Amino acid sequence: MYSAIVFLPLLGFLIAGLLGKKIGDRASEIVTTALLFVSCALSWITFFDVGLHDGHFSAPVIANWLTSGDLKIDWALRVDTLTSVMLIVVTTVSALVHLYSIGYMHEDKSRPRFFAYLSLFTFAMLMLVTSDNLAQMFFGWEGVGLASYLLIGFWFEKPSANAAAIKAFVVNRVGDFGFSLGMFLVFMLTGSISFDVIFAAAPDLASKSVHAFGLDWNAMTLACLLLFMGAMGKSAQFLLHTWLPDAMEGPTPVSALIHAATMVTAGVFMVARLSPLFEQSATALTVVTLVGGITAFFAATVGLVQNDIKRVIAYSTCSQLGYMFVGLGCGGYALGIFHLFTHAFFKALLFLGAGSVIHAMHHEQDMRQMGGLWSKIPVTFACMTIGTLALTGFPLTAGYFSKDAIIEGAFAAGAHSFAASFAFVLLVVAAGMTSFYSWRLVFMTFFGERRWSEQYKLLHPAPQAAHGHGHGDDGHGAHDDPHGHHIGEPHESPATMMVPLFVLSAGALAAGYAFKDQFIGHEAGEFWRTSLFTGANNHILHEMHEIPAWVGYAPFAMMVGGFVVALAMYVIAPKVPAALAEKFPRLYLFLLNKWYFDELYDKIFVKPAFALGRLFWKGGDGAIIDRFGPDGVAARVLDGAGVASRLQTGFIYNYAFAMLLGVAALITYGLFALGGGQ
Amino acid sequence: MFGFGILSGLTFLPLVGAALILFVKDGEGSKNTVRWIALWTTLVTLALSFYAWSQFIPGVADFQFVEQRSWFGSGLTYKMGVDGISFPFVVLTAFLTPFCIVASWKSIEVRVREYFIAFLVLETLMIGVFCALDLVLFYLFFEGVLIPMFIIIGVWGGKRRIYASFKFFLYTLVGSLLMLVAIMAMYAQTHTTDITTLLTTHFDPALQKWLWLAFFASFAVKMPMWPVHTWLPDAHVEAPTAGSVILAGILLKMGGYGFIRFSLPMFPDASHYFAPLVFALSVIAIIYTSLVALVQEDIKKLIAYSSVAHMGFVTMGLFAMNQQAVEGAVFQMVSHGLVSGALFLCVGVVYDRLHTREIAAYGGIVEKMPVYAVIFMVFTMANIGLPGTSGFVGEFLTLIGAFKANTWVALFATTGVILSSAYALYLYRRVLFGKLVKPSLQGLTDLSAREFAVLAPLVLLTIWYGVQPNQIIHACSGAVAQLIKNYDAALAVTRTAALSLY
Repeated sequence: MYSAIVFLPLLGFLIAGLLGKKIGDRASEIVTTALLFVSCALSWITFFDVGLHDGHFSAPVIANWLTSGDLKIDWALRVDTLTSVMLIVVTTVSALVHLYSIGYMHEDKSRPRFFAYLSLFTFAMLMLVTSDNLAQMFFGWEGVGLASYLLIGFWFEKPSANAAAIKAFVVNRVGDFGFSLGMFLVFMLTGSISFDVIFAAAPDLASKSVHAFGLDWNAMTLACLLLFMGAMGKSAQFLLHTWLPDAMEGPTPVSALIHAATMVTAGVFMVARLSPLFEQSATALTVVTLVGGITAFFAATVGLVQNDIKRVIAYSTCSQLGYMFVGLGCGGYALGIFHLFTHAFFKALLFLGAGSVIHAMHHEQDMRQMGGLWSKIPVTFACMTIGTLALTGFPLTAGYFSKDAIIEGAFAAGAHSFAASFAFVLLVVAAGMTSFYSWRLVFMTFFGERRWSEQYKLLHPAPQAAHGHGHGDDGHGAHDDPHGHHIGEPHESPATMMVPLFVLSAGALAAGYAFKDQFIGHEAGEFWRTSLFTGANNHILHEMHEIPAWVGYAPFAMMVGGFVVALAMYVIAPKVPAALAEKFPRLYLFLLNKWYFDELYDKIFVKPAFALGRLFWKGGDGAIIDRFGPDGVAARVLDGAGVASRLQTGFIYNYAFAMLLGVAALITYGLFALGGGQ
Repeated sequence: MFGFGILSGLTFLPLVGAALILFVKDGEGSKNTVRWIALWTTLVTLALSFYAWSQFIPGVADFQFVEQRSWFGSGLTYKMGVDGISFPFVVLTAFLTPFCIVASWKSIEVRVREYFIAFLVLETLMIGVFCALDLVLFYLFFEGVLIPMFIIIGVWGGKRRIYASFKFFLYTLVGSLLMLVAIMAMYAQTHTTDITTLLTTHFDPALQKWLWLAFFASFAVKMPMWPVHTWLPDAHVEAPTAGSVILAGILLKMGGYGFIRFSLPMFPDASHYFAPLVFALSVIAIIYTSLVALVQEDIKKLIAYSSVAHMGFVTMGLFAMNQQAVEGAVFQMVSHGLVSGALFLCVGVVYDRLHTREIAAYGGIVEKMPVYAVIFMVFTMANIGLPGTSGFVGEFLTLIGAFKANTWVALFATTGVILSSAYALYLYRRVLFGKLVKPSLQGLTDLSAREFAVLAPLVLLTIWYGVQPNQIIHACSGAVAQLIKNYDAALAVTRTAALSLY
């Protein structure tokens, strides 16, 4: 059965990908969607069996992947409670997104390709969550990266989409750089990369030190930090977050599936899966907490001022991922996973709702062109409101249980960790901002004056290149006009799009209450069993209940505060935001331009890389190596006047040549003398 | 088989085909006759290599299919044999050559007869390199390869073919001469050129260093390692498509094979002594050439530079000298043979249509060539080292092995995974994606049946070996284990000897 869950989406990918042209658009849609629903049903059965009943943990091996010396890597499907939770999250959201896409992508001309990519993504994600060793996890890890790259760049005619796709892949590769080194280190330390072996070896390694990169490190700390770098890339954490907002260039269902509910949570899953390792390194957990807290705060500040409806939600995702990492970093792996679980529902709901709005607005994404939509698309409005309530943590909704639990956990952990206290403050402030930008989104979109009526008389507007955020349009600008009803009133979306919204709304309302006892309550122990490891001194799930009352009320107060301010600024006195932006132009631009990270990275990484490449090419290869190698020899042989010409022009090149040799010699000497890692 | 062993059959079969081509009468249709003879010759060679494969025992250290004849009297012998390290390359050579013949079917229109003769002679020499178990025989094959390659680039190449072939020849010649001197020195010491005997000979550590350097000069050029790599981009750019495929697929592997067959087992002390140098050059190659690849404006040049970077992983793995790293290096060479060969075939597909390699001349062709786009994407991903493609396995194993040997080296080399994704995707974007606006591209047609037949098997193999790489790894595991054991033992002996001096 596990094989069916994982490989049915692969089958769907192959059918739609290879035969899509032959069997047609409609058949491709139906086949991939149907297979996904089967996979989803099986996942829920697995969840009830493994998670809720006394289901047995198992990791059936499918085949050996590779064996080299004592390195042995298997293809296996490890299914325990943690995996089963991920299975239902991935397959449920994926099945709903498949269904939704039938309506949303209705006008696109390459639908088989789109559905093939979606199914490929799902397969890779399932391989990731069922992995039984680091290498298979890496396989899924990179596989979802590939699918993400393909889907962000789905509208390949748009330069901005292509740029965003490459950016996503390369930035993720920076994270994978750490992941790889972490894998290598774990193999060096334990002689294996299978989970069972490395988990068993972790306690011994906690007190060992390892000499690497010229320094002595605690073995577990270094391994966890390197692996965590991978998680930072995939989950778009502070410093490696820049790709996520740009990833919104992809079609909206993609944003819901990959860039909100599943792929970006892979980093959270990874830390939870490797909890036996992270639990052995307080330093690594501190770093996780700090990074999570800073991301939650940073992304929320940027979310305050964005005007693109998808980008607001993207920054919100980034911020919520930060919450999850704080939960993990406090030792509350269950807290992080619980928030991952509920977040999947309400964030997918928000994205799909936003997709419905965009669909209604004929692919307009700028909230400044919206307003007053609630009476036109009341069902979408209702769903978005439910999603917003859940995200902001309105009592009894999903987010209320999971998000507030993390904040309480951070406070409780603050008793023995300064980092946790620091994160607690950041999270509480971020909760207020979350509430503000979420309600701001709702008010700007659904309330206030209509800012769209005259625009649609002018057919479709040009992409808003003039706006600060650059890439506004959802891709249809690049297409030949595919649908005849560009002009007209905003309209509610078809049933294929609405049904997923209803299902996710139900999840956003109920998922928290329904599962809180199992995930983080008194049944947590028998629910998670061995799939999450907590050390003997880790009592975070109990300590979080013994906190002062004000801590429990703080997030609620922040939520109300955010709502009131948003209401005041965008409904009651809509002139205030512009006035504020004018009064604090620097702060406004700083936030609007996302703390200038893109500009900074462009300056310190992208441009220098190209400049160095050009220097090495023209200077190194051309002017130095060739000149003194083959061309030089040829010139000496063929040209009798070689000596004279060398005297005239050769001086600077001699110097450069000597320098080049010197650098090589220096590196060699370094390796000789230091002897590297041993 | 006809009084010869199977390896002699494999080696000289192409030569028989070349002889047949000589007898084809000029006239109408002779070009096609020549093509078909060449194709059938290479296919029969391929079939024979598969037969040999079925007889080959994987995982053992010994040489197999050994045959020996005396030759020119004393000392020199004709000795052939393969072990798990060389045999994969024999099969790879036999496998890639038919693709090259098919890829040249339409693109070569002048001097067709000479072209295919050169190609068949080239195949003979390449297989010979990997089968030879006599130093002189090896040297003959090893240097002989240069001649048909030189001709192929020089006659059927692009605009600057003379410059490129000259550069190619000059570089390799210098290395070769030094190696010849070293071979003579070894003969003077041991009075034999039998490789199996030389493998068990212990040379004086001081002499080892000189011999090692002489061999290094030759192998480093062939790899090519930084800074003697600059012949490769020019040679690739000017070579016809099939020439590039062989260059990247097989010729570059001869350097790596040389290291693993001669430098490491015969000069272990020197190899150990010089390992930091090799590491340094490997790491520089990976980072330097990846950055250079980023700014290339010519498709072939970009892929050529990426080849240099990928070969950096091979040299790094070889000198890390542990099971994972060396097996990874062998695998990386085979995988790179498939992937880079396929990439050059892909470039050939669009070159045949537009006759330009300028990246700027393309853009948005995915619209006209969707099947081509998919296939190119698979090879791009393999080039990047995406898990699930063969490109990943070699990179992963060499890096995981290198990490054990030296963490700094692994750290710097791993940056290659970031850079490779940047240059490869940037290339793909500029060629395939974007809006199709250039008028010259409007008439493009997707892959023909012939082109598809060439590329599809390579796609399947790239993915198959990404998911099930054990076939290759196991083939060489015995020989690699033996190599490492002897290497460590030799180092231990030297160390003890050094200690006893005090």
